[in-house]
Amino acid sequence: MKTIAKVMKYELSDVVRSRWLVAYTLFFVIVTDGLLRFSGASANAELGLLNVVLVVIPLVSVVFGTMHVYNAREFTELLLAQPIGRRQLFGGLYLGLAIPLSLGFAAGVGIPFALHGFDDPVQRRTLATLLGIGVVLTFSFTGVAFALALRLEDKAKGLAAAIAIWLVTTVLYDGLVLLLGAMFADYPLERPLIALMMLNPVDLGRVLMLLQLDVSALMGYTGASLKSFFGTSGGMLLAVGALLLWAALPPLAALRRFGRKDF
Amino acid sequence: MIVIDPILRIDGLTKRFGTLPVLQHVSVAIARGRVTAILGPNGAGKTTLIKILLGLTRRDGGLIELDGQPLGDDPSARAAIGYMPQIARFPENLTGAELVEMLVDLRGPGATLDRDLIDRFRLGGDLTKPLRTLSGGTRQKVNAVLAFLFTPTLLVLDEPTAGLDPVASGVLKDKIREERERGKTLILTSHVMSELEELADDIVLLLDGRVRFAGPLRDLTARTKQISLERAVAQLMREATDAGSEAA
Repeated sequence: MKTIAKVMKYELSDVVRSRWLVAYTLFFVIVTDGLLRFSGASANAELGLLNVVLVVIPLVSVVFGTMHVYNAREFTELLLAQPIGRRQLFGGLYLGLAIPLSLGFAAGVGIPFALHGFDDPVQRRTLATLLGIGVVLTFSFTGVAFALALRLEDKAKGLAAAIAIWLVTTVLYDGLVLLLGAMFADYPLERPLIALMMLNPVDLGRVLMLLQLDVSALMGYTGASLKSFFGTSGGMLLAVGALLLWAALPPLAALRRFGRKDF
Repeated sequence: MIVIDPILRIDGLTKRFGTLPVLQHVSVAIARGRVTAILGPNGAGKTTLIKILLGLTRRDGGLIELDGQPLGDDPSARAAIGYMPQIARFPENLTGAELVEMLVDLRGPGATLDRDLIDRFRLGGDLTKPLRTLSGGTRQKVNAVLAFLFTPTLLVLDEPTAGLDPVASGVLKDKIREERERGKTLILTSHVMSELEELADDIVLLLDGRVRFAGPLRDLTARTKQISLERAVAQLMREATDAGSEAA
C-alpha cells in the first residue's frame, strides 16, 4: 500500500502540471459557468452538463489515458526494474492518472456552481450524482485506456481502438438500442432494455441522472418503465452497483494484463 | 568458459514470443567484478536477455541465480541491480531532482547514495528544470545518474553512451572503470565496438538466440586471429551463417 501511495504521489504531481489537465479543468469551468448563466435554473444547467459529461469524460479519459500510458512506456520499464511489485506499481500509475482527471472534472464543475450558489437540497443531490457519475466514468475509461495500451503494442492501433470504444459506448450503442427497440416493438422490451443499459456505463449514467432530475416523463412509456424499475430501492441499488462494477472491471482487467505482460 | 564464483549464473534460459524462439537454452555465467559486454546483431536476443534479468519479461524456462539466489518473482532481489535503459524518457513535468527523490523514496531508506555523477556531469542546475525542457543528452546523463545512484552490485547498462557528447561519454566510461575497480559487476550492450573494446573484459556473443561465444575478450581475438573485436565478431557471425547454410 505504501508503494502504491509513493508511485501515485509522483505520478499525480506530474499529471497535475500537465497543460492538458489544466485545459480540461478550464473547459468544464467555462461550460458549467456558461450553462449556469444562460439556462437560468441550475436544474437545466445540470441537464445540459450531463450531455457534455457523458461525451467528454469518456473521450478524454480513454484518449489522454492511452497516450499517457504509451508515452510512459520507457519510464514504466525503469520502475519495473526497481525492487517494487508489479501490482503496487500498477496501482500507483493508474490512480496517479485517474485521480487528477477526476479532480480536474470535479473542480471544473464544482467551482462555478459554488460561485453561483444554490440552496435547493434536491439540486445539490443531483449535482452530487452528476459528479459521482463523472468520477465513475473517469475511473472506468482510464482503466480501458490502460488495458488497451498494455494489450496493443502499436500506438496507432491503441489510439484507434480507444476512439472506437468511445464511439461505440457514447454514440453507436444508443442507436443500436433504438434499432432493437424499433425492430421488436411488438414485444415487451422493458427488461431487455434495462439489461442493455446495464451493459454500458455511459447509458447507465444517463439513466441514473435523468431519474434524479425527474424528467423521465419526457421519455414516455420507456421513461415510466425505467422509473418503475430504477425508482425502487432495489433497482437503484442494482444500477449503482453496476456502475461501480464498471469503474472496477476495466482497471482490474488492465492490472491482470500488467502482471503478466512482457515489457 | 568456466567462471569461478560468478555473480550471475544463467542456465538453460528459453523464451518464445508466440511461435518465434528468441532465446534457446542460453547458459552463461557472468564473472564478478568484471565488465561483460553482450553482443549480437539485431534480433539476436540481447534485449530479451537483459529484460529477463531485470524482471521486465517473463522467461519460459531455465534458471537465473544472482549471488547464488534464484531470481524469481520476488522484486526485492532487484535492489542489488542498477539499470540504465537505452531510451531516457521520463515524466515530462517532473524535475530531475524529483525523479531522484522518487526512486530514493521507492527504494526506501538505508541505501548508500552515489551522487558522484551529478557533480561530474555538472547537472546541478538542470535537475531543477522540468525534464521535458532538457536535451536528449542531458536526459541521458540523468539516466546514468539513476543507474549508479544506489551503489548496486550489478549494473546493467543498455547502450550507455548513446546520445552523450564526447566529454560526458568520457566521464561515464571513467565511472564504469572506477566501479569495476571497486568490485562492481557491469553488463553492457553497445553497437560501438571500439567502445566495448575499451571497456569490456568479457564478451557474450548471441546469435539467433544462442550463445555463440562466451569468454574473455582476448580469447575471442586470439581464437579468431583477428586484430579487432569488430572483425572477430564479424568472423564468428560469418562462420555461423556458413554452418547454417551447410546444415541446410
